[in-house]
Amino acid sequence: MAVCIAVIAKENYPLYIRSTPTENELKFHYMVHTSLDVVDEKISAMGKALVDQRELYLGLLYPTEDYKVYDYVTNSKVKFVMVVDSSNTALRDNEIRSMFRKLHNSYTDVMCNPFYNPGDRIQSRAFDNMVTSMMIQVC
Amino acid sequence: MEVAAGGGCGAGPPLLLSESEQQCYSELFARCAGAASGSPGPGPPEATRVAPGTATAAAGPVADLFRASQLPPETLHQITELCGAKRVGYFGPTQFYVALKLIAAAQSGLPVRTESIKCELPLPRFVMSKSDAEIRFGNPAELHGKKVQIPYLTTEKNSLKRMDDEDKQQETPSPTMSPLASPPSSPPHYQRVSLSHGYSKLRSGTEQMQPASYETRQPIGQPEGSSSEGPGSKPLRRQASLIRSFSVERELQDNSINYPDEPWRITEEQREYYVNQFRSLQPDPNSFISGSVAKNFFTKSKLSIPELSYIWELSDADCDGALTLPEFCAAFHLIVARKNGYPLPEGLPPTLQPEYLQAAFPKSKWECAIFDSYSESMPANQQPCDLNRMETSVKDMADFPVPTQDATTGDDKQALKSTVTEPLPKDLSEDTATNSGLLPPPPALPPRPCQTQSEPVTEADLHPQLNRAPSQAAESSPAKKDAPHAQPPSKPIRRKFRTENQTTESQEPAAAVGGAASAAVVKPHPTVQKQSSKQKKAIQTAIRKNKEANAVLARLNSELQQQLKEVHQERIALENQLEQLRPVTVL
Repeated sequence: MAVCIAVIAKENYPLYIRSTPTENELKFHYMVHTSLDVVDEKISAMGKALVDQRELYLGLLYPTEDYKVYDYVTNSKVKFVMVVDSSNTALRDNEIRSMFRKLHNSYTDVMCNPFYNPGDRIQSRAFDNMVTSMMIQVC
Repeated sequence: MEVAAGGGCGAGPPLLLSESEQQCYSELFARCAGAASGSPGPGPPEATRVAPGTATAAAGPVADLFRASQLPPETLHQITELCGAKRVGYFGPTQFYVALKLIAAAQSGLPVRTESIKCELPLPRFVMSKSDAEIRFGNPAELHGKKVQIPYLTTEKNSLKRMDDEDKQQETPSPTMSPLASPPSSPPHYQRVSLSHGYSKLRSGTEQMQPASYETRQPIGQPEGSSSEGPGSKPLRRQASLIRSFSVERELQDNSINYPDEPWRITEEQREYYVNQFRSLQPDPNSFISGSVAKNFFTKSKLSIPELSYIWELSDADCDGALTLPEFCAAFHLIVARKNGYPLPEGLPPTLQPEYLQAAFPKSKWECAIFDSYSESMPANQQPCDLNRMETSVKDMADFPVPTQDATTGDDKQALKSTVTEPLPKDLSEDTATNSGLLPPPPALPPRPCQTQSEPVTEADLHPQLNRAPSQAAESSPAKKDAPHAQPPSKPIRRKFRTENQTTESQEPAAAVGGAASAAVVKPHPTVQKQSSKQKKAIQTAIRKNKEANAVLARLNSELQQQLKEVHQERIALENQLEQLRPVTVL
């Protein structure tokens, strides 16, 4: 179950964060934040080889909590971070990838809106709906 | 066989009802009573039980029924009094029958008196109803009345709530029904039963189609049915023939009838306005408006950015960052609705979907096709011929190309514009013939209206018609502004929005030129009727324009302030970095 989904801008500030169990929201924010360091590390390691469908699998960040953090970086250095509950082992790699693809598509739709200024928080209802469906469906 | 109905109830004169009337009335009574509680009033002996809804027809459905008879409220009050319901406090069968008879009398033009019900009368007619008998006697002729001229917006908004209630009470007609709102090739008919008008009209129109199927199934009271249907049958037949020839629209209208979302339906007049605005932004109706252009345009509506963003999200169905004509119309309509206080829908209403819009208004495409043909071959000679081929009301405009061919100066254009404004308001108040004729003259020509005014000389040599047409386009908007002025002041908000839009658009290219344009509008022309009112309108226009300019400048100011802040922050960040670096280098 995707418990948290976040969209981070190039400058590493969040454009959109949403988590399902709202009582642990701060914890998720912190997890996302720490994952950014790992992401940056990976990006710099990649060097010139630009991969558009990159994926970062962090494994178990908190062994007790059993969360997995996935990451997906676009060409414009916008990062999609997804935290999933490891108890749901049915989640395969491909599913994660497809979820990220959907996220990416919704994000481009939001970008297409001329009233959206890049760098603003994402307030699109369509995007919200899509994220909600993902968070519920995966669980 | 005549039946004396409820003579012993002690209220109202003895009723003599024919068989069909008896059946009709009892059906109606059953409906009204059944709608409330499920058991129709058994009759006079139970009159002692005054519990509403058990032995009587409930007031709600009865009131709806009476309203559906399209009689003025005073008449309805009179009828209610006369039939005795007021006296006894409820609508028993007697009262109900008497009331129905009185309604029939009133609809036939007889005075509402107890004497009138003694004579033979046609059955009362009701606009909205699903009972067969009423449908049979549904009156198509009255529907196509002068109500069309009433601003559709009032009909929409004011009757919206009521219609919604009525809608909920009724089912949508069977698939065999066909739409009445037929398309361009029968303009008068369309105008009379246009989509804009109304849900009740549409539904009643469609319900009239039901008799065709119902008659086969339920041959009740045929003799009266035929007699009263006499007047109704001819329109029915005509409609049937029209309907058969437009199968495409039929399917569409089938869908449309199922959508009780009155505010989200784009009327013909609105549609024209949107198309004109689209054309002012983008001359080719088949192409897109880019996101930035649309953003600037919609920002003028002064809605908040999140709302505009949401509206865009709703209307840009393919999410390509550009608006096609139907998308643009949907977005515009949503903005207008929002400005008028309607909450934004969760999803795009079906009547605003691009496919629906494109198919529902093929007329505009037809005109667009004509415009494309205009833009393709632009020789000055052709245009008068094409224009002349248009509807008769455009004759005035068609005459323009000839005399004003040499007109290149602003004065002539002003004369042209003022004469254009004259037929235009009249056009809008006439039938569709004029509506369709209204659109062609402002064709899809590239030069912006105000631009042509600022460059009369350069363009004049090449395309005098080009100058004329965009100025007509500019005038179609103020003319539209005038037209709503001419109509009862029931849609001030929309008019204001239009005016603001139009005035701000004229401001955009060049303030001076915009001033010239509005000044031209302002200039009173002797041949235009209502001269003083036009002056007033002009002053109001100027006021609005100034207010709009203020708003735009204020917004600009805030945006610039924001940018300034950001730049400040950047500067601070850079200075900090510099500070941090400096000791390092020094050491």
